[in-house]
Amino acid sequence: MTPSKGHNKELAERAYRVRRNAVRMGEVQGQGYIAQALDIADVLATAYFHAMRYRPEDPNWEGRDRFLLSNGHYAIALYAALIEAGIIPEEELETYGSDESRLPMSGMASYTPGMEMSGGSLGVGMSIAVGMAMGLKRKKSDSRVYILFSDGELDEGSVWEAMMSAAHHKLDNIIAVVDVNNQQADGPSTQVMAFEPLGQKLEAFGWFVQRIDGNDLDAVVDAFDAAKDHKAPKPRIIVADTLMGKGVPFLEAREKNHFIRVDAHEWQLALAALDEGRLA
Amino acid sequence: MKPAAPPPTGKPRLTTSAMIASIAGEGQKTKPAPFGHALVEVAKTRPDVLGMTADLGKYTDLHIFGQAFPDRYYQMGMAEQLLFGAASGLAAEGFTPFATTYAVFATRRAYDFIHQTIAEEDRNVKIVCALPGLTSGYGPSHQAAEDLALMRAMPNMTVIDPCDAHEIEQVVPAIAAHRGPVYMRLLRGQVPVVLDEYGYTFELGRAKTLRGGDDVLIISSGIMTMRALDAAEELKADRIGAAVLHVPTIKPLDTETILREAGKTGRMVVVAENHTVVGGLGEAVAGLLLRSGVYPAFRQIGLPDEFLAAGALPTLHDRYGISTAAVVSRIKEWLSR
Repeated sequence: MTPSKGHNKELAERAYRVRRNAVRMGEVQGQGYIAQALDIADVLATAYFHAMRYRPEDPNWEGRDRFLLSNGHYAIALYAALIEAGIIPEEELETYGSDESRLPMSGMASYTPGMEMSGGSLGVGMSIAVGMAMGLKRKKSDSRVYILFSDGELDEGSVWEAMMSAAHHKLDNIIAVVDVNNQQADGPSTQVMAFEPLGQKLEAFGWFVQRIDGNDLDAVVDAFDAAKDHKAPKPRIIVADTLMGKGVPFLEAREKNHFIRVDAHEWQLALAALDEGRLA
Repeated sequence: MKPAAPPPTGKPRLTTSAMIASIAGEGQKTKPAPFGHALVEVAKTRPDVLGMTADLGKYTDLHIFGQAFPDRYYQMGMAEQLLFGAASGLAAEGFTPFATTYAVFATRRAYDFIHQTIAEEDRNVKIVCALPGLTSGYGPSHQAAEDLALMRAMPNMTVIDPCDAHEIEQVVPAIAAHRGPVYMRLLRGQVPVVLDEYGYTFELGRAKTLRGGDDVLIISSGIMTMRALDAAEELKADRIGAAVLHVPTIKPLDTETILREAGKTGRMVVVAENHTVVGGLGEAVAGLLLRSGVYPAFRQIGLPDEFLAAGALPTLHDRYGISTAAVVSRIKEWLSR
């Protein structure tokens, strides 16, 4: 186990930089999925700078761990992490969501280095994860499949058929993270379609389940470590409760919305708030 | 269309029992499970080839492959969205999955999964589907009258509608060798063997003339090529010369051959397909001819744009105009006008 509790200064810096990249991309568009990017930054920082194996100079390296972004609109967050990981050059963030950019609003496999699937049609990622995990086992590879999806996607039946299948096929090389920020397009996810008690449901589906505060870096690190170290032949899932807008207090406090507009002058305030949090 | 009243007594009624009724005529030469056996042959030299199914291994002849290569056979459960998403994942890892189910479940239920995880990502997945068009008497739940229209509309997708066992045996290695997503209509069980007598060989993307004739050109795919050949023989007795152009690759269409054949003057063009008249081979050919400035007399034989009835296949094929007798009588009627 990696030392935890207070030993994650480097990761905190990574998470700060992921948030900063995301805010800078958000500013290009003036609006978007910035609150989600801020809530998932700690998970992505831990995935890319603690848990996963990859080569920035060779995004298709066969020995890499695969990272699937099922919730394609979180692309802004993943691009931010891929930039921090050196897979995408930093200057490209200014092209986010623009014509001819490799960084479209919704993530697609053919556009972006390091993007393993075309997400966005919510609910498709878990079934791809099942196939990739089977494929890696066929190849006797010890690479893992990481997959991020959102609490809203829990409404999709396809997610549950794929989860049932992952357990049936004992795909212990899958580490899933579901971002429970309790927000989807039409409102709070628990009100759109109640999914609790989520941990019990997932356990009943045959998964090794951990539920954590997804914005507590120590907890995120421990959860990834435990997911990797777990011995039972089960797929693993981390239920990450997160706070939309995390790290920018005025966005944390703003009325929750799936797709937010941020006024022009607020982007600098957001960056300043991140800087403040970094020093604290 | 549902029967209005019980049929008159005295006449024996045909019955529907098996979900997959045989399309073989009485006494017709057949081969068992041509797809399953052909896939086994391919897999002997291609370790990347895998078999996957959604609880329909036995009903798509994939069980033959499963028996030969049990560790390369994936039972995915009755979950078609999962089937195709997982096939995409396996293809991303360098494998070549042949994923089977019924045509309705692939093209209707799992359309978005095929669209997004296979076609858009351009994954090397072969989608092989039994019960294409009207080949089940169970009603619309099992009748994929619109599968070709749906799959044609998808970029990157190659669409194939083989005629018989002789052709299926050749299509399987051809699509295994082709890199990219493929949708193949499957005839399973005891499958008629017809095209061997025509010295026919399948080539991906090529239409082939099976017989010549001066009065009408029948352009057909799948089982309708069998019907067209039989119809042409019957029409010959009435001194009507019917040519048959078999178009097994619905997409990409062999535009050159179709334009050349349809452009020969003096022949009515009849497109015959086991598919709704909406969006299948008929409209594909019509669009091609119009765009190319080729204007023969043009007719379509296909399933009506309605929910089809349950019933015995011969009854339904007669009712909806895709039996040999129906093809013969319609062509005669059209030519006599």
